Amino acid sequence: MRDQPEQQAPPVQRLRIRYAKRGRLRFTSHRDFSRAFERAVFRARVPMAYSSGFNPHPRISYAGASPTGSASEAEYLEIGLAEVVDPAALHARLAEALPDGLDVLEVVESPGGSLADRLEASHWLLDVAAPVETAAAAVTAFLDAESVPVERMTKKGLRQFDCRAAVVALAAAPREGGTRLDLVLRHVEPAVRPDDVLSGLASVGGLVLDGAPLLTRLAQGPLDRATGEVGDPLRVSE
Amino acid sequence: MSAPVSVFPRLEPRLPSVSKPIQYVGGELNSTVKDWDCAPEGETVRWALMYPDAYEVGLPNQGVQILYEVLNERDWIVAERTYSVWPDMEKVMRAGDEQGSIPQFTVDAHRPVRAFDVFGLSFSTELGYTNMLNALDLAGIPLHAADRTEDDPIVLAGGHAAFNPEPIADFLDAAVLGDGEEVVLAISEVVRDWKGEGRPGGRDELLRRLAVSGNIYVPRFYDVVYAEDGTIEAVVPNRPGIPFRVRKHTLMDLDAWPYPAKPLVPLAETVHERFSVEIFRGCTRGCRFCQAGMITRPVRERSIGTIADMVENGIRKSGFEEVGLLSLSSADHTEIGEVAKGLADRYEGTNVSLSLPSTRVDAFNITLANEFSRNGRRSGLTFAPEGGSERMRRVINKMVTEEDLIRTVATAYSHGWRQVKLYFMVGLPTETDEDVLQVAELAKKVIAKGREVSGRNDIRCTVSIGGFVPKPHTPFQWAAQLDHETTDERLKKLRDTVRDDKRFGRAIGFRYHDGKPGTIEGLLSRGDRRVGRIIEAVWRDGGRFDGWSEHFSYDRWVTAAEQALDGTGVDLAWYTTREREYDEVLPWDHLDSGLDKDWLWADWEDALAAADGADIEVEDCRWTPCYDCGVCPEMGTEIQIGPTGQTLLPLSVV
Repeated sequence: MRDQPEQQAPPVQRLRIRYAKRGRLRFTSHRDFSRAFERAVFRARVPMAYSSGFNPHPRISYAGASPTGSASEAEYLEIGLAEVVDPAALHARLAEALPDGLDVLEVVESPGGSLADRLEASHWLLDVAAPVETAAAAVTAFLDAESVPVERMTKKGLRQFDCRAAVVALAAAPREGGTRLDLVLRHVEPAVRPDDVLSGLASVGGLVLDGAPLLTRLAQGPLDRATGEVGDPLRVSE
Repeated sequence: MSAPVSVFPRLEPRLPSVSKPIQYVGGELNSTVKDWDCAPEGETVRWALMYPDAYEVGLPNQGVQILYEVLNERDWIVAERTYSVWPDMEKVMRAGDEQGSIPQFTVDAHRPVRAFDVFGLSFSTELGYTNMLNALDLAGIPLHAADRTEDDPIVLAGGHAAFNPEPIADFLDAAVLGDGEEVVLAISEVVRDWKGEGRPGGRDELLRRLAVSGNIYVPRFYDVVYAEDGTIEAVVPNRPGIPFRVRKHTLMDLDAWPYPAKPLVPLAETVHERFSVEIFRGCTRGCRFCQAGMITRPVRERSIGTIADMVENGIRKSGFEEVGLLSLSSADHTEIGEVAKGLADRYEGTNVSLSLPSTRVDAFNITLANEFSRNGRRSGLTFAPEGGSERMRRVINKMVTEEDLIRTVATAYSHGWRQVKLYFMVGLPTETDEDVLQVAELAKKVIAKGREVSGRNDIRCTVSIGGFVPKPHTPFQWAAQLDHETTDERLKKLRDTVRDDKRFGRAIGFRYHDGKPGTIEGLLSRGDRRVGRIIEAVWRDGGRFDGWSEHFSYDRWVTAAEQALDGTGVDLAWYTTREREYDEVLPWDHLDSGLDKDWLWADWEDALAAADGADIEVEDCRWTPCYDCGVCPEMGTEIQIGPTGQTLLPLSVV
């Protein structure tokens, strides 16, 4: 009989990491990133805790990854370690081990609880080529609507859902060569993504997009229901 | 020349619309981007290196990674990489934007390939030829070498397929045989001097300078004359100073060239997610079907110390936790036992895992496999008897007896392995249905033995079968290739025999491909310059990615061959299923792999005699006297093997 693999000890420290996906590396898919990150922790000699089983893998939990192709300043993950390390030292080593464009921004000790639960909403910037007048009119129409049904191809086939209810705030401002849309989006099930909102703007506001918009997530975290602002998920402020 | 503008801004808005866009953006860990004019003084020489397949296959290629690094280490050379784009991306590039179509680009700095001095392609397989044509066309480089101007790079082929570059001779400016590490630097120097002198004599003079070195084949300087019967009458230089034969390159002292030292780490998923160290180059086992073993002689080992240093450096720089020890027959390294034990000791208790591809049945040593699975991970065990019957194994000079194989798998099964994989070939010279059906008998005996020694019923064996394709510079270069109909029939008979077996059938997995791609590979492997027209016609008709079954179209190749060869008196069968005579001038005879043609012929005759029962075995010259294959004296090389007697010490903890 094949021996059972030995049980691995539970992590002694959990760290939460904020990282950015910038420039051309915004085309990194979530799977691509997770492979790159696992190699980086090995290169940086991070004392990872491993899962038990025949194929132990490092304890890394990802939360709220952005879609392939969108840039982000606010991606989060949590790692479990087999030894206690200094977060600042680990930050420096990881930064060295990851390619430019996948940039570690912050490393803090986990206060416990679920990281994913603290990611309630995202703040996005959507750079589109349309003139600001057209975009602003579409935004007004969108916000005035009770619901905005859109369709998207998912793994389960073509799905129809409302994209209006998840939008906390949406505004259009001019930028060179077009419009910058400022969007706060609540994380809901089924997920509403920024490109769904663009589809919604097209359907209710007639906003026709020429070329691919550049999507950037600026923040992700707890939603302040009073102000509509997205907070920092790494700060404990219950 | 001012630096060409990056095409990335033109590409970027279109990337979200193509599949796996990450493969086109570059920025891999350990990749290099240099200034276009990086030379501290004088001319900068610029290389675009291509592996003519998709990024996921091309990126891990060792050859390209090594040359990329060797070239970029020089402060006066820029080397960037480019790969075949998938059809969705090709469409986007051809549609282009207001500036026109988007040209073939490098993934490093997204510079247009046409702006480089040399466009070097590495061909592991002939099925990449249509991808080369597509890349040339996308790059805006004229397909035919004759139509190129000083604004076009030198299009250069290397890799194993370049040992017969004749089918693509019209599209190439030059080809290089053998190890690339030193010759790419020599070529760079010739290009630098020529540019520094103000490009005297233009492109023609540059090619002449390359050709007179005797080490670089420039097809345009050779005329091919055909006889009445369609065979080649002669291949002769058409101007003074051009050598009659072009010699291959052999890198000696592999310890002095420990590359890759900065392994590329892709973000995209690729076919080999590991760090590989080549533990030796060359093989003299003498398997007659094996082109790699014939053209890479003699054996040159890396020492145990260099191997260990490369492993440690490679995993630290890449973050890969899986290490492959590569070679043509890895268990043949003179110190493989010490290497395996030393590395297993060093990485004990970590998640670093080691694997040893290409293990011969007779060389397999269970201690080795146990060392490699010390951390609990058991990769599958693969053995390659290649021939199903003892007779076939004598014909191919792969002397594994049935007892050897059964003893080896018995040890494996009794040490806890539950599954072994066996590789065979179908279509070998003199083969009959009976020889192929022996594969089933062997597989059944393997399962029976496994059940016996392990006392379990969940023993499995996977049989993988490839079609044999005769290759240039091997004793089988004269052999008739089996037609694809008979190949498929034999495979079907074998499959049915395995399937119908009540006791063992379910324990045996069966993997094979149909014979058609092999026929085209055979055409391209042993083709001459007339085959170039076929390749071009196939590409014009949309042929791409011929190594991928979902893209390969046999009918397209057949139609193109019929049209392109019309009036030549030769056809597809002439190139593939026809046996050649001793006197025939082979298209690659002017390309010198070091092997003596008479030795090859004698070895071919030995194969035929063995087929009739003669007891002839060619042993390995590492352990028995030289049998005069010709390579060492012809090339001025020698066997470089251990043992060094060294052992590995534990690494000190950093």
